[in-house]
Amino acid sequence: MNTDAVHTATLDTRGLLCPMPVIKTQNKIKTMENGETLLVIATDPGVKQDIPTWCRINGHEVLDISEKQLDILISIKVER
Amino acid sequence: MSLKRKAIALVSGGLDSMLAVKVVQEQGIEVEGVNFYTGFCVEGHTHAIRKKDAKKEKRNNALWVAETLGIKLHIEDISEEYKDIVINPKHGYGQNLNPCLDCKVFMVNQAQLMLNRARDLADDGGFDFIITGEVIGQRPKSQRKETMPLIARESGATDRLLRPLCAKNLPPTLPELEGWVNRDELHDFSGRNRKPQMELAAKYGLDEYAQPAGGCCFLTDKSYSDKLSDLWQARGERRYELDDIMLLKVGRHLRPKENFKMIISREEGENRFLEGYRKAFTHLVCTSHPGPLTLIDGDPSEDDLKLAARISTRFSKAREATEATVEIHYKGGVVKPLNIKPMSANDVKPEWHI
Repeated sequence: MNTDAVHTATLDTRGLLCPMPVIKTQNKIKTMENGETLLVIATDPGVKQDIPTWCRINGHEVLDISEKQLDILISIKVER
Repeated sequence: MSLKRKAIALVSGGLDSMLAVKVVQEQGIEVEGVNFYTGFCVEGHTHAIRKKDAKKEKRNNALWVAETLGIKLHIEDISEEYKDIVINPKHGYGQNLNPCLDCKVFMVNQAQLMLNRARDLADDGGFDFIITGEVIGQRPKSQRKETMPLIARESGATDRLLRPLCAKNLPPTLPELEGWVNRDELHDFSGRNRKPQMELAAKYGLDEYAQPAGGCCFLTDKSYSDKLSDLWQARGERRYELDDIMLLKVGRHLRPKENFKMIISREEGENRFLEGYRKAFTHLVCTSHPGPLTLIDGDPSEDDLKLAARISTRFSKAREATEATVEIHYKGGVVKPLNIKPMSANDVKPEWHI
C-alpha cells in the first residue's frame, strides 16, 4: 500500500542523511491534520530506526515500512 | 494544587544532558527536549556512510534519550545560521575549529527564543526555564566557572538557565529561588571526572548510554578541523556549504598541488555516498581494475588529472600493475580514458594527506 496515491502527502528525502529526513518529517507533520497520512521516501537506512522512534515519542503511528530497490518507504498516520 | 512547571532541555544524546533531564523530572517538572542539528553532528552520518558500520545499530541518540526518559523532542535544523558561529566565533576556537562557547550561547539562546515564543502564544505548552547538562570544568573551552554566567547572560536566558548537575556550585537561579525545584536535590559535580555521572546513572537504573569520545561534534576532531582549514585556505575565504562539510567526513583527502584536492573513497559504503556527488565534480574511475571512486575538487590542468589518476590507482587493485586504465569524467559529462602507471607507495608524499 506504499504508493503516493493512498497518502495525503508524500515527502522525498532521498540522498539526505539522518537526522535530516527526521527533521523534514517532523516539519511536514506539523502542517498536517489528525488522521492524514504521510509517505516518506528515504535512502539513509538510519530512518528505519529514527522515524519510528520519532513517531513513538510524538504519538504518531507508523503504518508500514517497506523497501523498493534502494528506496525506503515509511507510511505514517498523523495522530493529534 | 500548584501549577505544574515546565522546562525545555538541551538534549545532545550524551549522558550529561540525559541526567540533567532526569534530575528535574524527579522533582515533578515536565520536560521537553530540543536537539540542534548543526551539520557537524557525528550522530548518524558516518554510520550511514561506512559499510563496516553497517551491522551497528543506527540510532539517533537524542531520539533514544527522549524515548527512554519519556519526553518529547524537537529537532531543529540550525545548519544555515550556524555557519556564522563556525566562521566568526566571538569567543574564538577551542583546541581545534570548535567554537564551543559561542555554540553553547547560540543553542541556549535558541531555547530561550522557544521559551519566549511559547509564552507569547499564552499557550499551555509554555516553558518556565531551560536546562542543560553543563558541568563546571568538564570542557576546557565552554564549561568553566567563568563561562557559566557568560552563557546565561549572552544567551538572554539569564536566571532561567538551570544546570542541575552543577547548580550547587553556582548562584541560585529563578527555578530554585521560586521553589519550582529544590536546590538541595540538585548536584555539585565539577571537573572532568565522569564517576559522579556514572554513579547517578546507575542510581536511576540507566545502564545504557552513549559515550562519544571527544564529544558529538566533528569540529572537536583534529583531523576534521585540518580538512576544514585546508578547504578555507584553498578557496581563499572562510565559507562552506553543507555538501562541503559532509564530504570532509568521507574518504581519504589528498592535496598533491595547491589548485586541486582528491577525495578517494576507502570502501564500498563511501563509494556509494560519493557517487551521489558525481555530477557536481570531475571524477576518476579505474576501469581496468576494481578501485575507488575519486572526486576532484578545484581547478586541475590535464597534467594534474594525470597525476591524480596515478595517485588514485595507488589505492586500487591496480597498485602493483605496470599499467591501468582510468576514465576521467569531466564535470560537463565528457569522458576521457587514460592509460597510466599507478604511483608507487613511496612516491605518494605524506604531506599530500590532509
